[in-house]
Amino acid sequence: MKRTDIAVCGSGPAGLSAAISAASLGAQVTLFEREDVLGGQLVKQIHKFFGSEKQYAATRGIEIARILARQVEVSENIQALPGTTVLGRYRDGSLMVERGQSVEIWQPQRLIVATGASETMLPFPGNDLPGVYGAGAVQTLMNVYGVAPGRRVLMVGAGNIGLIVSFQLLQAGINVEAVVEAAPQVGGYLVHAAKLRRQGVPILTSHTIKEAHGVDGVEGATIVQVSEDWQPIDGTERFLEVDTVCLAVGLSPLAELLWQAGCQMRYVPELGGHSPVRNEHMETTVKGVYAAGDVAGVEEASTALLEGQIAGLAAAASLGYSSEDLPRLLDEAMSELVSLRAGPRGEKVRRGISQVLRHGETA
Amino acid sequence: MRITKHPVIHFPERRRVKFLFDGREIEGFEDEPIAAALIAQGIRVFSRSPRHGRARGFFCAIGNCSSCLMQVDGIANVRICVTKLAPGMRVETQRGRGHLVEKD
Ligand SMILES: Cc1cc2nc3c(=O)[nH]c(=O)nc-3n(C[C@H](O)[C@H](O)[C@H](O)COP(=O)(O)OP(=O)(O)OC[C@H]3O[C@@H](n4cnc5c(N)ncnc54)[C@H](O)[C@@H]3O)c2cc1C
Repeated sequence: MKRTDIAVCGSGPAGLSAAISAASLGAQVTLFEREDVLGGQLVKQIHKFFGSEKQYAATRGIEIARILARQVEVSENIQALPGTTVLGRYRDGSLMVERGQSVEIWQPQRLIVATGASETMLPFPGNDLPGVYGAGAVQTLMNVYGVAPGRRVLMVGAGNIGLIVSFQLLQAGINVEAVVEAAPQVGGYLVHAAKLRRQGVPILTSHTIKEAHGVDGVEGATIVQVSEDWQPIDGTERFLEVDTVCLAVGLSPLAELLWQAGCQMRYVPELGGHSPVRNEHMETTVKGVYAAGDVAGVEEASTALLEGQIAGLAAAASLGYSSEDLPRLLDEAMSELVSLRAGPRGEKVRRGISQVLRHGETA
Repeated sequence: MRITKHPVIHFPERRRVKFLFDGREIEGFEDEPIAAALIAQGIRVFSRSPRHGRARGFFCAIGNCSSCLMQVDGIANVRICVTKLAPGMRVETQRGRGHLVEKD
């Protein structure tokens, strides 16, 4: 059995910042990441980030990952283990970990779950055909491995992910035949939508995919207009000649480890699905188990960085590690989180958070 | 279907290796995921579903969804979106659930 003060699962912005913050107080941190590189979603983001400057806005996501990964590498208190998947958590708090072809048992004193989110599926005939891919997968394939998913793509969903990935497809020299969005308006930032429109990509609001056609892979798709209550309108079907359908219809927390740990979970649509009940230090209802980033409610990298920082500091503090400016750092991070969620853009998230936040010592 | 020209990303040249796809020799880059090598060659059917024999391919790219399972070097149910390509690998379309192999 291997021991560590704090186990951090996942090395996206939340996990990286949790590890760095906890280690800065002197805690021994082990960072588990199932991919071979650290950075989570950031590794695929070649666009400049929105958000506040303190959280690296206007820096490309992939660059943010490099900056944070370097801090992890130079820290003597952090052991980063890429290529390592946390399979489960036992009742006594130990973790079963898969590393290459072998399995290890780790006994951490605190656990920070920062496993991110996974893509939501959409039900329609033909959705199982090769050529129907998640937006994250398309990004990985083209931006990390340099392989085109297809030649003509239908993008489903005009939130930020759908818009950004569509633009990235164009950058890679791949045609985007259309972006369909069931809602009556574009969900993502208008700058991203405008970039697509300038390149001649139609963004069809109040439209969705009805069916993907093909025998052993996508050979076309039928789209259809939908009414205000999202019902398909007969007679508005249109066939598009595409070989790829890219789904960007939302993310939900990848929360298996939290379920296993017995954390109280709540279904909160505003946060993408089942999210853990927690206190303002990101500690769940199971003492010593923290959640940060998209797994605690789907938001963005900027908020993931702050939640990670808070969880990291709080977990280390609960083990007796401290520093002079700890109270100030925690307060600052918490108030920055509040200000990031301020304004009309944050309304939905605020409504979501209010359903899972319990004030007080432990959640 | 390799991306060769890109305004933001530079894809470095990597070592080419030969491997077998259903007995046919094809090329990919060493250490890229097997799925990337196959899609680059225009191959997107990776397996057949157990009950209806429907085509299955790539979907999540992070080892989550089990859509990309293939038989690799005789071992069934390998998630090829997260398994690296090595020279001489035998990659085969998986039909149905696959069988366990004895470890020697
Ligand atoms: C196309 C796109 C564009 C975006 N643009 C922006 C933007 O401009 N600005 C912004 O602020 N946000 C943006 N975001 C959102 C942002 O990327 C995410 O909110 C953020 O990455 C969430 O961070 P995280 O650390 O919670 O999770 P992730 O970044 O998803 O990281 C989770 C990590 O955990 C690992 N993991 C999961 N399970 C296990 C396990 N069992 N064991 C070990 N490791 C595990 C995963 O491999 C992954 O590396 C964008 C997202 C997408 C998809």
